[in-house]
Amino acid sequence: MASLSKTENTAQITPKKLKVKRFVPLENPINTYLTDEKGIWAWLTTVDHKKIGLMYLGAVAFFFALAGFLAIALRTELWTPAKTFIEADTYNQLFTLHGAMMVFFVLVPSIPAALGNFILPMQLGAKDVAFPRLNLASFYIYAFGAIFTFLSLANNGFDTGWTFYTPYSSDTNSAGIIWVTLGVFILGFSSILTGTNFITTIHKLRAPGISWDRLPLNVWALYATSIIQVLATPVLAITILLLAMENILDIGIFDPALGGDPVLYQHFFWFYSHPAVYIMIVPGFGIISEVITTFSKKTIFGYWAIALSSLAIAFIGFLVWGHHMFTSGQSAVATTIFSFLTFLVGIPTGIKIFNWVATLYRGSISMKTPMLYVFIFIFLFSIGGFTGIMLGALSVDIHLHDTYYVVAHFHYVMMGGTLIALLAGLHYWWPKMTGKMYNEPLAKTAAIFIFIGFNVTFLPQFIMGAQGMPRRYYNYIDQFTPFHQTSTIGSYILAVGFLVILFYLVHSLIKGQKAGPNPWNSRGLEWQSNSPPDFHNFSHTPVVIHGPYDYHQPMEEFQLGLAVDHEYGDEQDKVAAEAHASSATETTEA
Amino acid sequence: MANHSATHPKHVHHHFVDSNQQFESAKLGMWVFLVNEILFFGGLFCAYIVFRAWYPELFTQAALELNTFWGAVNTVVLIGSSLTVAMAIRSAQNNQKRGLEINLLITILLACVFLVIKYFEYEHKLHLGIAPGSFWNPTPEIAAVLDHPKANIFFGIYYMMTAVHGLHVIIGIVLMVWLYLRARKGHFNSEYYTPVEITGLYWHLVDLIWIFLFPLLYLIE
Repeated sequence: MASLSKTENTAQITPKKLKVKRFVPLENPINTYLTDEKGIWAWLTTVDHKKIGLMYLGAVAFFFALAGFLAIALRTELWTPAKTFIEADTYNQLFTLHGAMMVFFVLVPSIPAALGNFILPMQLGAKDVAFPRLNLASFYIYAFGAIFTFLSLANNGFDTGWTFYTPYSSDTNSAGIIWVTLGVFILGFSSILTGTNFITTIHKLRAPGISWDRLPLNVWALYATSIIQVLATPVLAITILLLAMENILDIGIFDPALGGDPVLYQHFFWFYSHPAVYIMIVPGFGIISEVITTFSKKTIFGYWAIALSSLAIAFIGFLVWGHHMFTSGQSAVATTIFSFLTFLVGIPTGIKIFNWVATLYRGSISMKTPMLYVFIFIFLFSIGGFTGIMLGALSVDIHLHDTYYVVAHFHYVMMGGTLIALLAGLHYWWPKMTGKMYNEPLAKTAAIFIFIGFNVTFLPQFIMGAQGMPRRYYNYIDQFTPFHQTSTIGSYILAVGFLVILFYLVHSLIKGQKAGPNPWNSRGLEWQSNSPPDFHNFSHTPVVIHGPYDYHQPMEEFQLGLAVDHEYGDEQDKVAAEAHASSATETTEA
Repeated sequence: MANHSATHPKHVHHHFVDSNQQFESAKLGMWVFLVNEILFFGGLFCAYIVFRAWYPELFTQAALELNTFWGAVNTVVLIGSSLTVAMAIRSAQNNQKRGLEINLLITILLACVFLVIKYFEYEHKLHLGIAPGSFWNPTPEIAAVLDHPKANIFFGIYYMMTAVHGLHVIIGIVLMVWLYLRARKGHFNSEYYTPVEITGLYWHLVDLIWIFLFPLLYLIE
């Protein structure tokens, strides 16, 4: 605990004893993390959290494009009730691949590993995450897991659905299932390492003055996410390992023919995979909290309510996995309890929504692209959340289980929630990451395309699901044709939206206007650095004397603080800090 | 990267304020990792509980095939190695280079003894045809004693649990050899012994898991 007291010590004495100067970030930084080391090799071996975050972002975007392309193929196949252009077996493999890639390669790492990696240390005023080399390792483990998944495609592929339910998955002769389970097993380590890294970083690497009640809500959300990652992922790892052993050696734990229990597999699987949807959505909540205050120019409403509801979701999320198994033959008592507990998750989520709306109330709202995505998020995620409550209701679920209603619900929370939040965060932090602005009108157009395309795709699925259209089916009866065709058209509109995004983001990299350090006038710590930030994020150790959402003070009075004479910093930092201090506009004795 | 000032000791990475912060971070990180190790094994323990509740008579019967004597010896060996790894940390804290090296060597040795004993146990089982899953092919004498249709499930769980634990022992040995090589170069002293400390933490967990495995698998009555 010695270091803790030391850090606290610094936090206490710095604002009082040391001369605190206002730090003014440079308008046109020359030395940035992008110019620090150049060349492919420097990128591949970097331990800088910002570069690793960008590498993750690239990988996630790649897999999203790939899995999205599969989705378009699937929707096209469903244009007619019978075969349209792909075979039934291929169809089974494609929807499995779409689900597995979107869940394990896109949604799980998207916000924490890509955006979180970049932003978390900056919001803490740290130079890096606690274990930078582990961070790089986690990226390569992720890439390695991806290679295994592709190897499975070369070995007959897999068509079990992304849930790998036994006994089909343990009996199928396809070698692909072994490769993909190993891939997911490896991928789990990447997730665990990121979680471990983040928890340690948040506990130990906060800059002086960042007490737990000054943590940005994005950090609280990532903290809750990391806890779930560390507690849930190892259970998936052992489950997947047992599944692979079942398939290779027939050890008889999950296979009913050998005396095993397939429902045990489902318990194990959902013990991870239900909390896993909170791994995907909770960091999205963090982004929404950040964006909504910045663009309302108003202190967040209910800071502690939002912070603690993230932890509450993490906790309750571990107790509800049985609601995936209402029809699997678990006991009636367990089913009832799980149904009741599922309703409880709605409470902290509702608390968040209400607090966000209350933050908007009488704020001075500027409708920039990130804010547009926040509104889309609130709209879509509310629909996703409410339909989730309906699925958690026991009697309703018996009817809706394994229908398109579930598919629509899942896409409303995961795509309408996580992915839209990711887009909000991406547009919000893009100027910080690249130092460039994107084309605002084009960005808004794309957002509207995505909003319309999304609803056209997934609203009909609620209706046909309620009418009994089962999920994962290759053929369907004629009465569902209009719904399927509407849904397919919607997916094309969605695709156009994403292509527009791709276009203007690439354009912004090449020809984008300089963003300046703080284009949104945010009070967040990460915005008080240069854009793009330099290698150590801040050229000084920031001393935080304000909360992250102090919008009630005018920007001129808002001070981040800067300790010129801090005793721990690097020599170069000191030099840089003094250089900056000379350009500072004012000096105060705090 | 090259921003080390004169006040920054060599072993402190660039992003830490001081040695203490680095030590505390490494330790917390290892504890978090151990939590997820416990959940990893938790899945296996859970499977064990389910099948023991389903087939209690199978578990008591099959456990008789395990050699309690060598299991007990292995327990003592691992507890002993936990003691020596703790002594290694103490030596590092007291700047006793020689003590650190010797204690690490004894720990490595004990870990190897554990694996050798485990190897002979496996060897004996496989010889009798008590193999996991589809390789299950017990000799007539064994089949006569173990006349349970699901007998292979117990051994499926036994092999999974002990093999995953054995893998952790091997990883521990690799880490300890690495520590020993660094200790010989004099990398550790009272100022900096973080790797020794956190490897010690890991090793205690490996030991602790065996202490649960031993009674659950060998000592069922």
